[in-house]
Formats: sequence, structure tokens, C-alpha cells
Amino acid sequence: MSNPVADLKNISGEPQIGKAIKRLEDPALLTGKGRFVDDFHLPNMLHAAFVRSDEAHAKINGIDKSMAKAVPGVHAVYTLADLPKRFHNMRMHGMPNPHVSQNIMPYVLAKDEVCHVGEPIAIVIAYDRYIAEDAAALVMVDYEPLPTAGDCRAARQPGAALAHMNSPNNTAAEMHFGYGDVDAAFKNAAHIVREDLFMHRGLGHSIEGRACLCHYDEFTDHLTVYAASQGPHAHKRAICGLLDWDEERVRVVAYDVGGGFGPKMSFYAETIVASVASIMLKRPVKWIEDRREHFNAATQERDQYWDVEMALDAEGKILGLRIDMTHDKGAFMPHGTILPHISCTTVPGPFIIPAYKIDCHVMLTNKPPVAPVRGAGRPQAVFAMERIMDAAAAKLGLDRAEIRKRNLIPAEAMPYSMGLTFRDGKPLTYDSGNYPQLLKQVMEASDYNGFEARKAEALKQGRYIGIGIASAIEGTGLGPFEGATVRIGPSGTVTLLTGAAAQGQGHVTTFAQICAEKFGIAPGDVRVVAADTAVIANGTGTFASRQAVNAGSSTHLAAIQVREKVLQIASFILEASPGDIELAGGNAIVKGTDKKISFKDISRAVTGQSGYALPKGIEPGLESTRYFSPEQAAYSSNTHIAEVEVDIETGGVKVTGYWIAHDCGVVINPLVVQGQVQGGLAHGIGNALLEWMHYDPDTCQPLTTTLADYLLPTADMVPKAEISHVVSPSPLNPIGVKGAGEGGTIPAPAAIISAIEHALSPFGVHLTQAPVPPHHLVDHINKGRKKAH
Amino acid sequence: MTDTRKITVTVNGKSHTKEVPTRLLLSDFLRHELLLTGTHVGCEHGVCGACTVLIDGRSARSCLTLAVQANGHEVMTVEGIAPNADELHHLQQAMQDHHGLQCGYCTPGILTTLFELLRDNPDPSEHEVRSAISGNLCRCTGYQGIVEAALDAAQKMRAGARS
Amino acid sequence: MKPAPFTYHDPQTLDEAYGLLATLENARVLSGGQSLIPMLNFRYVQPDHIIDVAGIAAISGITYKDGILKIGAMTRQREIEYSDIVATHCPLMREAILQVGHRQTRNRGTIGGSLAHLDPAAELPLVACAMDGMIHLGGSRGTRDVAFTDYALGFMTTAIEPDEMITGVSIPTWKPGHGSAFVEFARREGDFAIVAIAALMEIDASQTITRAALAVGGALATAQRLPEAEAILVGAKANDETFRAAGEACTQIDAVEDVHAPASYRKSLAGVLTRRALKAAAERTK
Ligand code: FES
Ligand code: FES
Repeated sequence: MSNPVADLKNISGEPQIGKAIKRLEDPALLTGKGRFVDDFHLPNMLHAAFVRSDEAHAKINGIDKSMAKAVPGVHAVYTLADLPKRFHNMRMHGMPNPHVSQNIMPYVLAKDEVCHVGEPIAIVIAYDRYIAEDAAALVMVDYEPLPTAGDCRAARQPGAALAHMNSPNNTAAEMHFGYGDVDAAFKNAAHIVREDLFMHRGLGHSIEGRACLCHYDEFTDHLTVYAASQGPHAHKRAICGLLDWDEERVRVVAYDVGGGFGPKMSFYAETIVASVASIMLKRPVKWIEDRREHFNAATQERDQYWDVEMALDAEGKILGLRIDMTHDKGAFMPHGTILPHISCTTVPGPFIIPAYKIDCHVMLTNKPPVAPVRGAGRPQAVFAMERIMDAAAAKLGLDRAEIRKRNLIPAEAMPYSMGLTFRDGKPLTYDSGNYPQLLKQVMEASDYNGFEARKAEALKQGRYIGIGIASAIEGTGLGPFEGATVRIGPSGTVTLLTGAAAQGQGHVTTFAQICAEKFGIAPGDVRVVAADTAVIANGTGTFASRQAVNAGSSTHLAAIQVREKVLQIASFILEASPGDIELAGGNAIVKGTDKKISFKDISRAVTGQSGYALPKGIEPGLESTRYFSPEQAAYSSNTHIAEVEVDIETGGVKVTGYWIAHDCGVVINPLVVQGQVQGGLAHGIGNALLEWMHYDPDTCQPLTTTLADYLLPTADMVPKAEISHVVSPSPLNPIGVKGAGEGGTIPAPAAIISAIEHALSPFGVHLTQAPVPPHHLVDHINKGRKKAH
Repeated sequence: MTDTRKITVTVNGKSHTKEVPTRLLLSDFLRHELLLTGTHVGCEHGVCGACTVLIDGRSARSCLTLAVQANGHEVMTVEGIAPNADELHHLQQAMQDHHGLQCGYCTPGILTTLFELLRDNPDPSEHEVRSAISGNLCRCTGYQGIVEAALDAAQKMRAGARS
Repeated sequence: MKPAPFTYHDPQTLDEAYGLLATLENARVLSGGQSLIPMLNFRYVQPDHIIDVAGIAAISGITYKDGILKIGAMTRQREIEYSDIVATHCPLMREAILQVGHRQTRNRGTIGGSLAHLDPAAELPLVACAMDGMIHLGGSRGTRDVAFTDYALGFMTTAIEPDEMITGVSIPTWKPGHGSAFVEFARREGDFAIVAIAALMEIDASQTITRAALAVGGALATAQRLPEAEAILVGAKANDETFRAAGEACTQIDAVEDVHAPASYRKSLAGVLTRRALKAAAERTK
């Protein structure tokens, strides 16, 4: 796949952007040489376990740690009161936002109230994790149980039990978005359709849990935190802020990270408490989250209830959309209202919606805090939009593809302004895209038009098959910025330094590709050091499918600058014009001659020799640092078609075929993008069919805290996604890219549920929730059968 | 008082004798006593498969095995798959070729599981591959690259065995 | 998630094991560990003593004699999966074992462990139930054989006394030419079944069912026979109508409810899977 925006003047040799380069990360990971946090063994290292709340909501009347402290091998047991004074009245930092009326964040350890099962109450530091867990079980907490706020709709009712004992009510935020005259749209409508929808999303469940190894070194008075983090710089800022330390005393580094999917972007109490413990004990302290802790204390997504109304004209063109949505935010407010904000602004998607209004109620409940998980509130929004589109198609007697065609934003309308403010604070303007082409392409690939015939044939054999369509537009590559430094030192090696952290996205390879082509070397010859606050001053983090755009662009700009300097110096030394010089094999060569100089020598020339002046006008060093800051989000787009077969007696669903037309602008590495989309689809299948974090409705006790109860998609459940690309380069960044990390996930639940409903059309089944467990389908089918009789 | 035992375990052909707490899990023994950190731990309740190793040539969850249970047995971990320090095993190479890993955290368990499968069944169908790794959770890849890698490696290994 | 401390014992003979069981308080027998170790890691169980019986050769192995398939408690599920004896004489068990967990857990897990753990949805106890399996228990007070119905007392509760352990199970096999089927519905491959049905039947030349056994797992506190449905089958013709009637009878069970499925769904699944299992079993008769 070529890069339509590639500027060949910045490239020596073969362009690397667009090539399916095999990942440079792989050999180490394939041979057991990864460097995940738990792989580090520092001298004198101690191990932490947390004492966590068993209660979903309770007052703490006392904590007795005497038995725990007496366990041989235990070095310390700290409650909030044992930490330095500064923490006694300080809560974790929230994200201020004008929408938010109750921006409640936890103390670093519970003070006098716990608000969800799993909330950390104390830390035990011991010789090993086994002993730490022994002792943690012996910390006696005197709880006084309080009523719990469970279902987020019930939590809205006057007189509902309070999620926090000192709150006036459970409303964390009321958000209202929209544009146009919605009431007029409904007044003039030929058709109005309504849906009451429910969507549940669960946890991130990276296979590596959260992890940190905090090493305070007394000798240098410096804290190093090895973290399973999606945002080392953001986490460093949080640590410095909470400790009130200056930036030079803290380093956060994420070597290999075993999956992120959102939860590892949040900054958690465990990291700061383990850091403080390391400072107090003057020894390295390691904390490795176990799976039970991931269930109860990592940020997760949860319930959204959507009441959706759509107004249409007689031809099926949308006139307006009116929504009331209730969002379960859990006990605390990490990342503020980002998630529901994204949900609210994602709804219109690829469709022309002349008037739009959404009221969103963000509710506190006694469950773990909610923050983005891969897709970040978008799967819910797409589910709402695509379900109401299906309902409209049914009402108007139109094919589901046809009604979509009638309402898609045409390619000529780009850039297209929605009249909304996205969560980056910028007007929501789609930068580029061709949505009708996506639909056309994926319909052709899946032979959508031939499906009714296939369905009729299958029905004759007693098989129930169905097909569903869904599309999403995703604001990716959000700011503020990410940075990259490109440097050629006296070794002659091209080095790329960035704060961008990877958790499987293949950044090392893709950034190396971007960099290598500027120097006429192979990607494998670029040394990439990433996700380390020690190598670059500033950074943001990996979320919102943003690093190809941000760090990728920074790499591109920095590499061009260093390339120009290399050419300039080489031309000076080789006495040739820069235009006559090409870079290859680590040398600058005068084209068509054997005159050349190595990067090594060029670097040495600008490093200078003691006592000799550099050539006039030349600054020392071959190095450039660039921080690319996008003016707004770049909008990726994709359309999915799912084919399913349903066993009408058991409710078992098999996804039998899957097609995705995908537009993430310029594709840097097709292999990597393919992998991101396929992996995203698996997550979407989980959200459509399997993943459900159950809580007891009365006590808010979690009920599915093993991976045998909370079901993740397995290899037998995920089909191959047939992926085709449309390339609409983003005009917003120099390499034309958009994010690719979440497009596989976002429309999948909507497409799959639509396909199931279609398969069950002989029973008149109407589905309004995701996920749909098999018993749910059997109920629907039985109801349909009764009606038919 | 901690109950301990002296155990001898052969790991990747090398014999190790250590005094260990009897409650120590084999996964922790490999990772934290022998510093063979290639074996990963994802759930510690036997569902994710990240900790899969071969015990006497058979795949097993090292988180569901006590180190003492491995006393006198042979263990192979991901570190033992490659034929030498400079070369990858066909399976490893195929995983890179087909983008069968992203974060790489599930990968050691996938490799050891497939290693056993291809030894027992050199010519598996796609269905057999999917079934063999149905006890390995991967949150990143959506499995497709892994399945393709296994089939490709099987083919290359058969060709290698013939030549 | 690490086990609480315990003292580890690895007896090499049955007598040694019995002696330990007789004298130690709060001891648990460890065989393959695939059920016990997760419980240890979660600290759901915290025994003071672990008695690892893997070294006792006497309780490992598969034999067949005079119509009885005998499997030692320490026999790994994998050995059952690959056993010709089992495949020949007990096709139901062979079909069931393929649905037990995953390759990695079958390599370690044992039949004794599965019977002792007695998960209501586990496959091997269901086979023992359907086939009138006899559980062999032993201890310093002697040995005894307990029929499955007397063995499975309730939800994960067995008749094993604290000073006893399972040494094996005997399965009276059915005549050559019988048909059997093990059909389960699980959300994903290798998961515990929401409902599982084990069916066996013999048919005479006139297509009349002369003998039938039917058992359900996953739907009740423990694996149980379905006598009403069995009564419908015996003497009836092996046809869809009979199987439908038997299935209908199975929907009358007093099914359990949990986060995964309501009772009504388990009842209806029991009916559907019974019908499917009977049909498959009938097709396999010779
Ligand atoms: S860590 Fe052993 S199976 Fe998950
Ligand atoms: S590659 Fe990340 S879990 Fe499999």
C-alpha cells in the first residue's frame, strides 16, 4: 500500500511507510526475553499486597493491623494514617470539567468510607507476595455497612441510596449536547421511531494485569517507577504532583506492557502508595495486580441506558434525533466525564443528522470506577444509532443498507462540521473520509445483496442465518501532543526517542519505518527507545488511537530535520550540493560517485574536537526534538458487516463471517493495522455475546470475578475479519494517518446484534441490548413463537 | 513455620536443585527462583493459559502446579523452544511472519501449547488449531495471526522433516 | 492470588496415604490439581495439609475385565482420552472427555480429582452417574464401594469421609452395539456446561428400546439421572416422537439458577439436549 502523501524529497531509497514490515519487537517476545514489570528483580526488592474492601459501601470504624504486622517476613503495614501527613486529607487528582458537579476521587488509601468492593484500604509490604497475602488477610477492618447505589437508573431517583455518604445525591454530572431545532424536526416528521436500549461493556482484561515496581534510591534521592503504563509521562506528572516533587527526581518507564486497552491509562492509588512505601522503606517495592484485583479495582466500563427517538421524513431521511442517556460512572471520577462525552458526540457517526439533542446523566454507584476501555463509549453510541436506524428501516419498509445510503454524509461534503464539540474541546469536524465508499465496498465483499437468497435457502434446511451492518466514525489521534527525538550520535546509529508507550501496537516498528526512510536505512537499523520519561521531557500517553498520528508525525518531522542537517554537513565536507547527495547504508554519498562519508564521521564532525571550532553556522549535534500537536482529532471510519447463525433451540450464536471496510488514512504498516482491526473485532465479539460483569443488584457485590465466569472471546469464537481499506489521508498531519486501534471494536456489537435479529426475523425478534446471552435469545424466540400461534 | 522441600527440576535440559516453600507455584518457581521470566502469569486460576509450560513433554498450566509437583520431572519453557541463540523455531518465525503476537504476553503459553500440538499432530486442521488454543486467552490479536502461524509452521516443519 | 501455607506430604503407598488421612486435621488430597489449586490460589480453601497422591502407582491405570471398566483415581484425563480400552468399551466416556476443559488441563487433571471436586457441570461425574459408576473409597478403616447416587450428596458434596480418599471408579460397560451420546451446551469450547446430557441405549431388531439411561449435569446441584424420561424410553420405539417425549419430561427438572442462566433456560436446554443426545445415541446403535 503506497503513501499518497509521501514527499519523495524527504526520502532516500525505498519508502518504508506503507510496507508490511515484520515487527522488530517480536524476536525478543518470542524467545521469552520480554521485559515486563514482573520480570525485573532488583536487589533488596520487597513485595506488596493490598488490603481491599469486602464491602461495596461502608464506614470504616477502625483498622487493626497488629496481627498482620506480626507475621514473619512482613516489613510494613500502612494505612492512610501511616503515610506522610500530606496524604491524610488529599484525594487523587481528578479531571476538572464544567459539567461535573461531584468530582469525587478517592484518597490514596480509604480514609473513613469505602465505596466499592476492591477499594484499597492498606498496603502490606513483605519479603514475598505469598507472605504479603498471608498478612493482608489478617488486617482486620471494622466496617459499618451502608446502603448501596447499584443500578444507575435507580440511583437517579429521589431518595435513592447514596453512593457516597456525604453527597447530596448520586449525580456526578448532567451533560447536554446538540444543535439544530429538534422539536421542530419531530413536529414535521413523517415517521418517528423509538428504542429503549441497554448496553453493558466490561473490563479491559489485558492478559498482563496492572503492575509497578517502585524504586526509591536514597543515594541519588531519586524514584524510578517501572510501570505497566499506557502513559509514562502522565503517570510521572501524577506522581510528582501527589508527592510534590520536582520532575528531575522521578522517572517512569514502561518497557514491555502486556496489553492496555484503556485501564492502564488511568493513574491509580496503588502506584503512588507503592512509591511512598518505597520511599519510606528505602527499598524497591513491587506490586503486581492479580486477576481478582483487576476485576475489582481496575477501571472498567459498565452500563448505559439509552432512550432514543428519531424523526424521519417520508423518504427515510433523518430529520432529528433525541436521546436521554444514563451512564454508570462507578464510585469515583477518574478521567472525569470523558467517556460519556465521547458516547454523546459519537452518536451521529457517518450520518447527516440535521438536529440533535442528547441529555446525559452521569451517575455515581458503588462499583469500581468507570473509565475508557478500547472503544471508549463509542460501541454504545454506535449501538444506539445503528439500532434506531434498523428500527427506522423496519418502520419504513426499507432495506437496512438502503436507509443508510440515503443518510450518509457524501464524500464531497468533507471536511464536514457536525455542530458539536468533541471531547478535545474542538468543534467536531470530520477531516476526511468517504463513507458511501466504505458501505459499498463492504457490501460487495460480503455479497450483501445475495444474502436474502442465502437466508431463504438456509431456512429451508432449518438454519437461521442473519446479516447486520454498522458503521462508526472515530475521533482519533487526539492532542495535546506527543514528542520524538531523532538523534545520530558518534556511533552513527540512528536513534529514535519517544514517550509514546506501546502495549502491543507495534510502535517500535512503525516509528522505525517512518524514521528509516528518511535516512536510507532499514527499519531494523533504527534504535527505538520508547515509553521512558528519561529520554524525552514531555509526553502524553497511548489512548484514543493517537500515537500513529502524534508520535508518528513527531518522528517524521524530527527525522526530516536531522536528515537535512546530515545533508548539509555532508555537502560541506564532500563539497557537493545537498541535492546531489543521497543517504544509503549509513553513509552520505555523492550520487554517481564513490565519494561518501559515514553517519559516524558526520556525527563526529558536529560533535567537534576539543579546541577546534565547528564550521560556521553549524549547531553542535545531529539531533532534533519535535512535538507534534494536532489541531483537532483525525476521524477514522469503518463499516462492518457481520454474518451469524443462531441455534434457535439453545440460543447459541456463531459469527460465521465478518467483513470490515476500514479507513485510517495512510496505512504505515498493513500487517500491524490488520492485526489491530482483527484484535479489535475479538473485543467487539466479547461485547456482543459474552462479556458481562455482574453485580448483585442489592449489595453491589461482584458476582463474576473469575475468567471462568466473566467470559473473554476464545479462538473458537472469533472468525477471520475480511478487511479492505479505503485511504482518505488526513490533512491534519504530515503523514496523513489516522488511528487504527479501535475501529475493529466499535461497530461490532451493533453489527452482530443486528445480524442476530435478522436471523431471528421469522420469530419477529427485536433486540435492544448488548451483550445478548443465549437464554435471552431463547426467551425472545419463545415469545415470538407464542405470538405466531 | 514455612514448609519447604528440596526439589530437583530439569528445565530446558538443565537441572536445578533448590529448597522451596511447598506452596510455591511452579510459575513462580520458574519466574522468580530460576529467573526464567518468559513464562507469564495472567490469571493464576487456570483459565488464561499464559503460564503454559511442558511438563514431561505435555502442556500444563504452571499456575495450577506446585513446584514440588515438578520434583524429578522435566519442564520446558518458552526459553527452550528456539534451537539456539541465533535462530528461531519454525513456530516462532511463523508467529512473526503472520503477526501472531502484539503485546506478546500470551505468546509463551501459545507457543508451548502449539509446540505440543504440532509434535502430536503434524498436520492439524484449522479447527484443530483453534481447539488446541481455545484454552489460551489472547486479548490483542483476535487469534487469526496465531492460527495462520500454526498452520504455516506445521507445513514448514513437515517439509523440513521430509527433506 | 497465592495459596495459604500448608504442610506438604507425598506418600508413595496407599497405606501411607491412609495413615496421613487418619492422623492429620484439615487435610486435602491433591492429585492433578486442576480443581484444587485454583481454590488454593483464591484461598477459597485453606487446608493445613496437602497430601499429594501422584506417587501412588497403585491408583493409576485403566483396566477392563468382565464388563467392568476400572480407572484408578490418579489416572490423568489425557490417558482416558487416548485409551483404546475406553474408546472401545465406553464410547460415552471418550466423547465426554473431549469436552473436559482444555488440552493443558486434561494433561494434568485426573478422574479422581474430578469426582472428588464434583462440580455440578463436570463431565466425568455425569458419565459415572449415567453408567451406575461405583466409586472406590479407601482409608485406614478399610475400603468401601459407593454407588454414584449415594456418593454425590449435593452441591460439590461427596460421601468421602475426612479420613478417606478416592482410589478409583468402576464403570459397568454396556453391551457392544449400544449407542451413547454426550451432548453439552457451553458458552465457549472447554467451558463447564450450562447443561450436559449423557444418554445410552440399546435397541432390538424391531427398533424398540430395551435399555436406556439418561443423566443431566449442570442443571441441578449435582449430576442426576432422569428416571421419568428413562421410563418413557424403555419399551418405546426409537424414533423422534419418543425422543421428543423424553425431552419434554426432562424439562420438568427443578433446575438451578445463577448469573449465567435462569432456571427456565436450563430446563428448556435439558429438553433440547436430551432429544439431541437420544437421537445421536440411537444413530450409533448397531
Ligand atoms: S496464569 Fe495460569 S492459566 Fe492463567
Ligand atoms: S498478544 Fe497480547 S495477549 Fe496475546
